[in-house]
Formats: sequence, C-alpha cells, structure tokens
Amino acid sequence: MSTLAHVFEAEGIATVALGSIRKQIEGSAPPRGLWCDFPLGRPLGKPGDPEFQHRVLDVAFALLNSTEPVLAEFDESIPDDGDEMLSCPLPPRHDPDDHPAIDEARGLLPAYLRGVEMSDGRFGAGRVVAADDIPAAIEAFIRVSEGTPWAEAGIPGLPMRVSHDIRSYYETSALAMVDHAPVAWASTRWFLDQTETGKVMMTARQAMQDQDAPQPMWFYLTPGDR
Amino acid sequence: MADSDIKALTEALPGESFETTAFTTPRPLATATVAIVTTASLHHPDQDDFEVMDTGYRVLDGNRRDYVTGHWSPNFDGSGFAYDMNTVFPLDRLDELAERGVIGRVADQHLAYAGNQFDLSAIRIDSGPAGAKFLQDQGVDVVLLTPV
Repeated sequence: MSTLAHVFEAEGIATVALGSIRKQIEGSAPPRGLWCDFPLGRPLGKPGDPEFQHRVLDVAFALLNSTEPVLAEFDESIPDDGDEMLSCPLPPRHDPDDHPAIDEARGLLPAYLRGVEMSDGRFGAGRVVAADDIPAAIEAFIRVSEGTPWAEAGIPGLPMRVSHDIRSYYETSALAMVDHAPVAWASTRWFLDQTETGKVMMTARQAMQDQDAPQPMWFYLTPGDR
Repeated sequence: MADSDIKALTEALPGESFETTAFTTPRPLATATVAIVTTASLHHPDQDDFEVMDTGYRVLDGNRRDYVTGHWSPNFDGSGFAYDMNTVFPLDRLDELAERGVIGRVADQHLAYAGNQFDLSAIRIDSGPAGAKFLQDQGVDVVLLTPV
C-alpha cells in the first residue's frame, strides 16, 4: 500500500496511508502515514462505530497539513490477545448418517443466507464454491483428513480458495447468529476451534503437510499462525 | 491465535524502497476532491475477481454499495468488513465529511488493488501510475489509502 502512496505522490496526488503493522509502515515510509494499532482487516478500527471511524479520519486528514513527510501514531490501540471467541450456537444433529461436519454445514444454511443478506454479500462463499456445494467441498477435506492423498480427494479447486469459501460460509453464518459486531478474529477462532468443520480443516491441513503437499497448498488453509 | 502473532509473521516481509520520498502539497481539504484507494481487493460482483498476485486494479463506483472482498489471504479478519464496509472502505464517513464541509467532495470513483504482493514492481511501474492517471482525470486531489 505504501508503494501506491509513493507512486501517487510522484504523479501529483497527495496521500494519507493508514497502516496496521508498525514495522511495515515504518519501513516503507509513505509520505504521510498513520499507524493504527488495530487488528488486520480493520484499518478504521471499529465496525459499526462511526464516531470512532471519524476520529481516525480526522487524525489522518490532519496529516495533510504537514509540510514534510510524516509518520504518526493513532492514540488508541485495539489489542487482540487471542482469547476472545464468539459465543455462537451450532445446529443440532439432523442426520446421524452424515459426517458431523456435513450435517453441521447443512444445518447452517439458513443462517448463512441471513448473514449474506445482512452483510450485502461482502464476505460470503461463492468465489469458487457456491453455498449449496459447501458440504461437498467439506467432504473432500474429510477424505484428506482420513488419509486420501490430497490431490485425489476431489477438492473442487485450489485448496486455499476452497478453504476460503468454507470459512467465509461459516463466519457469515455466525454473523447472522449474533447481534453485535464480533471482536476481530472471534468468528475465525469459533470456526477453527468450535465447529466440526473447523476440526476437519485443521486435521486436513496437517495431513497435507504430512503428505508433503507443496507448502502454499496447505499453509494457507488457515491463518498463518495456526 | 492472536492478531499480534499474524502481524509478527508478516512484518518482516521486505517492501519496496524509494530513494526519495515524493511529496505533493494538496489544496485545502475543504476544497479538495477525495478518493479512497484500498488494497483490500474490493470489487463489484459483476467485475472480475482478483487472482492471486493480481497487480491490476478495479474501479469502484461510489454510488453503489455492493462491494465484495477479493482478497485470498486468510491472514486478516473478514468479519469487520462483513459487518460494516466502512471498517475498510469508509465511503459513508467521507460522504458525511463532505456534507459537513470538511472535505470538498467525494470522488465518484475509487480504486482497489490487491495487497499482500511479493513483487511490487508491476504496481510501481505500471498499474500504480495508471491508477493515478485515472484518478487525476476524475479531478482527485487527495487519496486515502486503506489496507486490510
């Protein structure tokens, strides 16, 4: 992003760059940068809080008054200690003959559809796997977790992309089942640590690594620190 | 899993270095046209999705609100943007600033690139200058850059 700031300024457009990672914005030194210690994915800090967002913008635009390159720090941090998980119900078992993850995913479909409506489809499934096909995609990862070589398991696309749609399906469903903006990463932690499909994805990721799959194929199935 | 752990994984990635820092002095904000340029890979549903390592940009229509994220990385929280687009793309906030006279006007069109690039040379020499020209042709004076 700072590269764009340098390029745009050279072309005659003044810029203000927000940055969430201190070392990156310090290293890339945009002409006017504001480091905001907010979670990745939330450069304006707090969803659903216009007052807070305006405070960020006020500080950012004030940097336009500087007569030389400047890097400032927003005065409030939003730390994430990794311990807050979304409290979100999961559907009861419907078909005992199905794998629990498949049953769970099917049961979440009504919530998913509500979540898509609530979020105007900003972060749902459907980039490579449509919502109706999510259970089949999960089934492919179940096969991987049970020992099928990953390339023969029928994953319907690049694993990281399919995984993205599965996670988005779950997190969008969760959005419909809570009445507030989730704390950053809380719905991801809920997916990976509380749901049957999350367990499948973690197991499949480990299985792919054990099968010596190329690193990008398994590493990007989950956030990098998992 | 914590945000700080993920930041630690990415903070050491090398970025582009610039020998000199270009610096444009803008007109007063109250008379300036402001656009948002985000590296959150946003696009409209009827536009091409972003490919991995896509160095191009998408033009975002400020009169629409159907923005979707095309970022493939799992290393950012998506729920904030899902809940409120202004968490990443604060277009409603800019409209409010324009209504209050803090900024001159909000540009009709904005740009989205894909962040998390390992090779920035194409953006530096090609799509970056092209995006700047596109914005200049719209009369944009100031750009707010938002990451994801």
